[in-house]
Formats: sequence, C-alpha cells, structure tokens
Amino acid sequence: MTYTKRLDGRKQKEIRPIVAKAGVIKNADGSGYFKIGNTVAYAAVYGPRELHPKFLQDPSTGILRCNYNMMPFSGMGNRVKPGQNRRAKEISLVTEKALLPVVDLKEYPNAVVDVFIELPQTDAGSRCAGICAASIALADAGIPMKDLVSAVSVGTVDGTIVVDLDYFEEAYEEGEEGVADIPIAYIPSTQELSLLQMDGVITKDKLVEALEIGKKACEEIIEIQKNALKEKYKISGEDNE
Amino acid sequence: MGKLLVGERSVVVPGEKIAEGLDYLPAHGAYRKDDHILAGKLGLLTVDGRAVKIIPLSGRYMPKRNDVIIGKVIDVMISGWRMDINCAYSAMLSMKDATSDFIARGADLTQFFNLEDYVVVKIVNVTSQKLVDLTTKGPGLRKLYGGRVITVNCNKVPRIIGKQGSMVSLIKNATGCKIIVGQNGIVWLQGEPMSEVIAIQAIKKIEEESHISGLTERVTEFLEKSCGKIEPRESSEEQNDEQSEEAQEEQQEQ
Repeated sequence: MTYTKRLDGRKQKEIRPIVAKAGVIKNADGSGYFKIGNTVAYAAVYGPRELHPKFLQDPSTGILRCNYNMMPFSGMGNRVKPGQNRRAKEISLVTEKALLPVVDLKEYPNAVVDVFIELPQTDAGSRCAGICAASIALADAGIPMKDLVSAVSVGTVDGTIVVDLDYFEEAYEEGEEGVADIPIAYIPSTQELSLLQMDGVITKDKLVEALEIGKKACEEIIEIQKNALKEKYKISGEDNE
Repeated sequence: MGKLLVGERSVVVPGEKIAEGLDYLPAHGAYRKDDHILAGKLGLLTVDGRAVKIIPLSGRYMPKRNDVIIGKVIDVMISGWRMDINCAYSAMLSMKDATSDFIARGADLTQFFNLEDYVVVKIVNVTSQKLVDLTTKGPGLRKLYGGRVITVNCNKVPRIIGKQGSMVSLIKNATGCKIIVGQNGIVWLQGEPMSEVIAIQAIKKIEEESHISGLTERVTEFLEKSCGKIEPRESSEEQNDEQSEEAQEEQQEQ
C-alpha cells in the first residue's frame, strides 16, 4: 500500500493555505504574523538595543537572539508546557541559525536584536511558520537584510514525497516505509538552504528530489511574505514632497 | 544597458531585485549581487543619477554626527553625564562640552544636569564602536524645564518638521506651544495643558498619515477645528532660533 491520496485532500506538491501580515504588534519595532493551515505564528522584533548581561556583547557585530515558544493551549488539547525546554531551546537555536545568514548586524556592535516567536495554535511545521513570521518581522523592523527567508517542511509519507506535512501526516503509521519529515529554510537570492533537519528515514534519491520540490514551495511562500510587507507600507508609495 | 526593475518611489523589501546591469550603483540600503542590484532593507526606492538608494521607513534611531537630539540623563559620572538617546547606545556628554563655566575639581555635577533631566544636545562624534559624544554648546541647545516629552517614529521626524520647519511652526502657531523635535524621535512640548494635548494629537496624526498626500491641508484643518482660526503669531526670539535650527536639520536630511 502506498500513500497516494493525502489525508486532507491536497495535491502532492500543494502547500496549505497561507495568510501573512506585517505590523500586527504595535509595541514592537517590527512584527509578523504567519498562518499556514492550522499552524499560526506571531513574531515580534525588538531592537537593535543594548545587550545585557554584558559578557554576551560582541564588539565586532550585533547579535541575533531568537526565542521560540508554544502557548499552553496551542496543541491538540493537551496542555503544552510553555517556556524553555529541550525542544524549544533547539528550535530557538536553529531559527537563529536559519536567519543569521541574511541579517547584517555589523552596523550595531555590542547590541542585540531580539526575536520572539509565539505560537497560539500548532499543527506541525511550527518552526517553519516561526521562521517565516520572524523574517517578516525583521524586515518590518528595518533591520538590514540581504534577503527574506522562507521555510517549509518536505518529506515522505510511506514512500510518497509530499510538501508541508500536517500533524496527521507526521503521525501516519499505516505504511511500511514510515514517515520522513524534513523542515527546510531557503534563501532565494543565493539559492541556499539555511535550515535542514530530519526526522525519520529517507532514501538519497528521494531526499534530493524532495529538497528540489521544497525550494519551489519556498519560492511561492516568499512571494506571500513580500506581499504582506508591501501591503503594510502600500500607500507609502506617494510622498508629499 | 541597465534598467530599473521597479518603479522609483515604490516600496521595496529585502532581497527584491531593483536594477539590472552595471550602470546603476548601489548606495545606502542596497547591494550588488552579480548583475543585479538588490534591496538590503525595507524602504522607499529613490534614484539619484546612477545611484540607487533606499530610504528606510522603519527602524530604530541610529546616531549621526551633527544631529540635534533630545536626551535623558541616566548617569552622572566623574567628568560628565551619560544620556539615553532613544537608541541602542547611550551617549556621553563630557563636562568640557557641556559648559564653559569653571567647575572645581570634585564639584557636584548634578547642579548642572541631574538624573532624569531632558537636554537638547547635538552629536559631536560617533565612533565605529558607536561611542557617541554630545555637546550643549550651540544655538538652541539647553536643558529643558517642565513640559511634556513624547516619542515618535524617528523616520517620521522630517515629516513632522516639514520643509524649512513649516509643519512644526504650523502647530506652534495654532496651539501656542513651544515644541522641540529631536532627530532621535523625542519631541518636547510646553504650553497650556489643553493645547499641549492638541499639539500631541497633531503630531501623532502626522506620524500616522505622513504617507498620504495632502498632509499639510489635513493638519491645518485639524488644528483649525481644535483651536479655531490660526492667527499668525508674533514670534519670540527664542522661537526663531529653534526654527532656524530645525530648518537646518531638515536640509541636512534631504
């Protein structure tokens, strides 16, 4: 038995519907909202600002600090313990590493840019949604960036390559070949991947093919992120000078 | 032959291709990658001859030499004051740049500026490590007494001041408030309590609507509605000083 029809009826290479917005948190210097399917991420950026404790300061460049957090009610009904845990620490770290290649903080020595990612609702792919939201928020905050970053998960469900797995696909147990879940983050201008993780087992050929499909999906997502930013500043086009 | 890929004065987002070919040169906020010029931050695209630059629409204040700003004293040190200037870096006002009075060794510096005092200062120098030096020697630079302090988006400061300080003097004349706008987005104002409130509303209105054309008309209308017909006010000497100061700032911005 192979996995020919996806559980939610999507096509093999189809991502879930996306809603993206910029500037949703007024107190922050920049903010972003990213909803993909039932996964919702908010990101708020504060800074560049003074970094304390002082020993963390880097005189050669500013630093980026990400914080990923799932809200207590965000799961499938069981209370998720918020705050730092092994998983949240890891995701905070990989988010930071995924965004770092595009942000340029050379202009802000000894300072910090804080990114807070909160997920009020999750249905798999939360780190990818977090990265997408954070990337919108950083651009909104006027941070110098070479490019936006978009992220999506690819993988195989019982041997079939699919894009943007939801929770039920991740937990699919019926097949013999199992599930592989590969979150990726992609930088379009350099065509580089800045995040690559995997759960499960996949053959080499399928991995290469899946990554190519993932990059295509990311190109789609980047357009949605760009539009979200332009939407916020839309009328700024005309200036009364 | 190079060509622009997006219209001038349109909003660009990081990574967006702005121009093609080697004829255009990347200036502030843009960078070159192979044959293309890409946006390096979110902002408004402007083309000046061959140079392509991006005017930021958001972001924190970045200290710049010769900017007139409003700072708050956060620490009194052995030979000067440390000030919060609404950015990632605090600034230093040294004794010798603060006053020409004789100060005895070991004197109490709080008699000049105490903690929490707001001071109009000018940036003398900014180093690569963002150490900021300030001065209070110059026209219009002084300690502020009373009044209110509000914070606005520092990218909207040129709009609030207006051409040659036209916008800010409009508000000054209508409300009778004294207003000083710092380049770092800190605005100080003083007047009758009610007119202070109106002035703050007007400034917030400019901040929110600066991108919609016909701003001056709308602000005039708002001010006329709130405080009656605007009479040209006899300007005191101090006010003239401030205005010329801000006008200079505005020109530097351009």
